[in-house]
Amino acid sequence: MSVLLAEGLSVRKGGRAILSDISLLAGPGEFIAVIGPNGAGKSTLLSALAGLTRPSAGEVSLNGVKLARVPRKKLAQARAYLPQNPLCEWPLSVERLVALGLTAHLPALGPLPVAFHGAIAQALADYDLTARKEQTVTTLSGGEFSRAMLARALVANPELLIVDEPVTGLDPAHAFAAMARLAAWAESGKTVIASLHDLTLAARYAGRILALREGRMAGEGALTAAMVRDVFGVESRVRGEGRSVTVDFLES
Amino acid sequence: MKGLSVGLALLVVIAFVLSLLAGRVWLSPHEIVGAHNDLAWLIVTDLRLPRSVLALLVGASLGLSGAVLQGLTRNPLAEPGLLGVSTGAALGAVLAIYFGVTLIAGVGGPLLGLVGALAACALTFGLAAGGGTITLVLAGAAVSSLTAAGIALALNFAPNPYAAYEIMNWLLGSLADKSWNQVWLILPFVLVGCALLATTGRALDALSLGETQAESLGINLTRLRIAAIAGTALAVGAATSVTGAIGFIGLVAPHLVRPFVGHQPSRILLPAALGGALLLLIADTAARLIHLGPELKLGVFTSLVGTPFFFWLVWKLKRTSP
Repeated sequence: MSVLLAEGLSVRKGGRAILSDISLLAGPGEFIAVIGPNGAGKSTLLSALAGLTRPSAGEVSLNGVKLARVPRKKLAQARAYLPQNPLCEWPLSVERLVALGLTAHLPALGPLPVAFHGAIAQALADYDLTARKEQTVTTLSGGEFSRAMLARALVANPELLIVDEPVTGLDPAHAFAAMARLAAWAESGKTVIASLHDLTLAARYAGRILALREGRMAGEGALTAAMVRDVFGVESRVRGEGRSVTVDFLES
Repeated sequence: MKGLSVGLALLVVIAFVLSLLAGRVWLSPHEIVGAHNDLAWLIVTDLRLPRSVLALLVGASLGLSGAVLQGLTRNPLAEPGLLGVSTGAALGAVLAIYFGVTLIAGVGGPLLGLVGALAACALTFGLAAGGGTITLVLAGAAVSSLTAAGIALALNFAPNPYAAYEIMNWLLGSLADKSWNQVWLILPFVLVGCALLATTGRALDALSLGETQAESLGINLTRLRIAAIAGTALAVGAATSVTGAIGFIGLVAPHLVRPFVGHQPSRILLPAALGGALLLLIADTAARLIHLGPELKLGVFTSLVGTPFFFWLVWKLKRTSP
């Protein structure tokens, strides 16, 4: 169980304000989708929430402890983070890629302890990668690769998962499957924060939407046509509820 | 992985024994073990053993450092000279020859070489402080240029042709005429340097995913860079200060073992060190056996043999990348 709290979070880069005064509380079981136009600061927000970008004002704390005070290894054990377009620079096998998710749990030297083999096999099975575990990641399709990356993020069973655009570039079936997995992960008592471009997917699977515009909070809660207008400046029609919500954009 | 390392270690032992037997005078194992022949015993213990031990230390340092730096930069062309350490060591040793320090004390060259390596490493790190890996590589290139210019300057103003010849000769890289003094001088630095380099495995693995993901996995990138550069400065700096520049071992050794261990950076370290030691032992034995009049310098030989590898790398890259 973990509670992530951001208070008055601001980030400046090169003299420019990227994020201004963002506050957020994310508790166990929550799936929060961060939406917003290009350049709204979504990636910077996720990076700051993950403790990888130092805020210029305000602070982020995990279970009441400021992120800057949490030892990096302990933080890495509690939360997993996937950046936008994750990459793998060597042609590792899928199994070894997934095993990298355990880095913070491993001893400094020596081979992978046998105790972790089960977790890796489970993560591979969860993401339908068992048959591909020996394959090199450079030969995977885009969908398989992002599945492998999710498996590597979740193999260590983190309390908090922060993912930047996990479904960009996935076909509808894979996108739905990936979102369902994230939602199921949250339902099991974990916390999930993901940035998303697809508003329909965000409305269907996330419990709460956090909308950013020009680095500021522009809305929070359920997705509504008013929120879409405020954030993106586009008229839309939001219909249905639960897993059958659809968001259509209207030409003005 | 274990099989590969054990196999390589066996080959290193064979090459080591062979390097003790081979040379202008061929010895049989019987002559050494029996110790009836005082001359044979002298050749082995005073001439060949220190040379072979040096080959082992230098080759392992180059291979290990190359593997770490390729992992750190995620660039298959990275090699121990990348950070300016080799040319720094060379500049120190060249200055020792230039100012005649080597005439006063035999270990003057290696000592100043070590100082040069550490100074170059400190300068590289100081320049790159606060930046990322690309900054580090650029700083290394800048320091390499500076030290290379210093070497050229020393050659330009060499007090006499003999000194210039000495400097040139030293720069070509050789393991000939080395004694136990030099082994004992560099041994502690090589051991500490290699130990530092050996601790980087886990971080290098995580770095396969890029710097952001490695950091998110709890890796301290600054500490990794310090271990890589300090380890290289100590191990390769000490090695270069005794032998002169020996190219390609640090570049080739990691490449040769990488496919056998599934490309995982941490699994490359030990085999690359063994592979480097093996390659240098073989190269030194071969250079010793080739008689073309004057001594064929080890550094020249490794460059000659190593260059085709570059061609192969280009050819492979053209095939695998679109």
